[in-house]
Amino acid sequence: MTPESREAVIQVRGLRNQFGSQVIHDNLDLDVWRGEVLGIVGGSGTGKSVLMRTIVGLNRPRAGSIDVLGVDVLNADEELRHAVERRWGVLFQDGALFSSLTVAQNIEVPMKEHLDLPDKLRAEIARLKVKLVGLPPEAADKFPSELSGGMRKRAGLARALALDPEIVFLDEPTAGLDPVGATAYDNLIKDLQQALGLTVFMVTHDLDSLYAICDRIAVLAEKRVLVEGPIEVMLEQTHPWIREYFHGPRARAARGT
Amino acid sequence: MNAETGTTALWQAERRGDGMACACLGAWIIGNAGAIDAAIARTPAGPGPVVIDLSSLTRLDTAGAHMVVKAERHLAANGADVQLAGVRPEHETLLNLVACDAARLVPPPAGPPWIVRFLGGIGRSTVDAAHEARDLIGFIGLVVATLARLIIRPWRLRLTSLVFNIEQVGFNALPIIGLLSFLIGVVMAYQGADQLQRFGAQIYVVNLLGISILRELGVLMTSIIVAGRSGSAFTAQIGSMKLREEIDAMRTIGLDPVEVLVLPRLLALMIALPLLTFFADIMGLLGGGLMAWISLDLPPRMFLTQLQQAIALNTFFVGLIKAPVFAVTIAIVGSYMGMKVSGSAESVGQMTTASVVLSIFLVIVLDAIFSIFFSMVGL
Repeated sequence: MTPESREAVIQVRGLRNQFGSQVIHDNLDLDVWRGEVLGIVGGSGTGKSVLMRTIVGLNRPRAGSIDVLGVDVLNADEELRHAVERRWGVLFQDGALFSSLTVAQNIEVPMKEHLDLPDKLRAEIARLKVKLVGLPPEAADKFPSELSGGMRKRAGLARALALDPEIVFLDEPTAGLDPVGATAYDNLIKDLQQALGLTVFMVTHDLDSLYAICDRIAVLAEKRVLVEGPIEVMLEQTHPWIREYFHGPRARAARGT
Repeated sequence: MNAETGTTALWQAERRGDGMACACLGAWIIGNAGAIDAAIARTPAGPGPVVIDLSSLTRLDTAGAHMVVKAERHLAANGADVQLAGVRPEHETLLNLVACDAARLVPPPAGPPWIVRFLGGIGRSTVDAAHEARDLIGFIGLVVATLARLIIRPWRLRLTSLVFNIEQVGFNALPIIGLLSFLIGVVMAYQGADQLQRFGAQIYVVNLLGISILRELGVLMTSIIVAGRSGSAFTAQIGSMKLREEIDAMRTIGLDPVEVLVLPRLLALMIALPLLTFFADIMGLLGGGLMAWISLDLPPRMFLTQLQQAIALNTFFVGLIKAPVFAVTIAIVGSYMGMKVSGSAESVGQMTTASVVLSIFLVIVLDAIFSIFFSMVGL
């Protein structure tokens, strides 16, 4: 993608997050381009999840501006925010499925909230999403507690994709999955991203995911986005943490594959 | 690219020769799926070759692609040959992604008719209740066995936990139990005085208060409040520990969850509930005495003299002896329901409700049994 043709779907400027006296982000800038898979990495406590939560509006920053799909989400009125929320999907770490609803009902929740579809069609589309994320048909009528961790993540992704969003936020999508499951999940995200033209904002620790599906990586350190760019750029960095991260034994193993 | 504006979808179908020419126009996205679905359903599935032209689509998402597949399927129902035309590569990927067996998109049938489900439900709850009773008795056995082990090796008692629980269930409950008992005393004295005054027997308000509060109301009110307050807390605490696998972790470390979690709560309640009952008795009499003084001009000195004549010491003990039994009931039901939590956060809520309902039920049933027993032994 050439710099001229790219369109920023998320634009974060001068973000400051602070809990008590502890500053998490200070003057953080970040752009996410349409149609890319952006991986957010950083050590523990650098505020990767906080950044994601701030962008989707679960955490109010102390300062800065956040534009999502051209809407200033921090200052937009209720209606405008609602319209933007309809255009993104969020996958939380353990799926965060509603435990009192079946998987199919979980997927129907955003559709019920935002759209006016006939019941039969809505049920049909929910089951289509179940199929799309690679779950067996019988999973649709199970409750989250009856699913394994990996299946819950797939179901969570199906709910995040319920409204065919333009942006998907993923919080550590492969954490806790076995390597085979994680690779399958990576491929699933990549396939869906390509077929649907999704923009993916992914917080991850998984080096294999970074190599396999991320177009660009942003490293959070020193309270801001220290470096961003494709994996090649990361490999050339001299910052000690980034060097350690991308040249450690695990990184070498991931690169080798 | 805005999902909300300037996006309408259109489905065109017209006869052409012996076949049909159809076209998908505009934005076939999830917001329009309802309208598209209805339009497709109205199209007669005619014979002859059908061509669906996709070249005029401005947008397509998974729901839209699904509608294209549905249209194909609908038109092919009568054996017509359906072709897609003008398919762009990106639409091709999407169409391949959503292609699947129509059968898997249909929800499974709703099950048997309501009357069968209703009768089945009655049967199931009966069996469940029997299982529940069996498991609860099993749990009581487990607790008693653990308690026996603790008596042999008393140093294994978790003293910190015991004291902490006594504070939680006993000391912290003083204000609410004191206030409610006081008010009950006030109400009883007032209502009793009202009735007894008609016979000029207002002095017997003291007997009424003394017997009913010391024998029944003090311990019953206290137990019901404690069941709601602490029984539910036991269930929620143990239940969420169960959910987060803390109980399993204890077992792997070699700790006995019954010994660590249940016994301190049980013993704490056995100590705290009689004390609370005593406190409730005093507060109830205080409230009643105060009301008698105000509404009947019965001075405290006379109230006490009459109380001494009306109440034998065993009236007081008959009430108090029930407290430890109720305490065991509440603690065991609360802990048992907590141990039964499984799966989800919803289960914690269900079990907490069940715990309070069952312990209050059992407390009242036991109280009735006690009444019969005491009247048989002549107390």
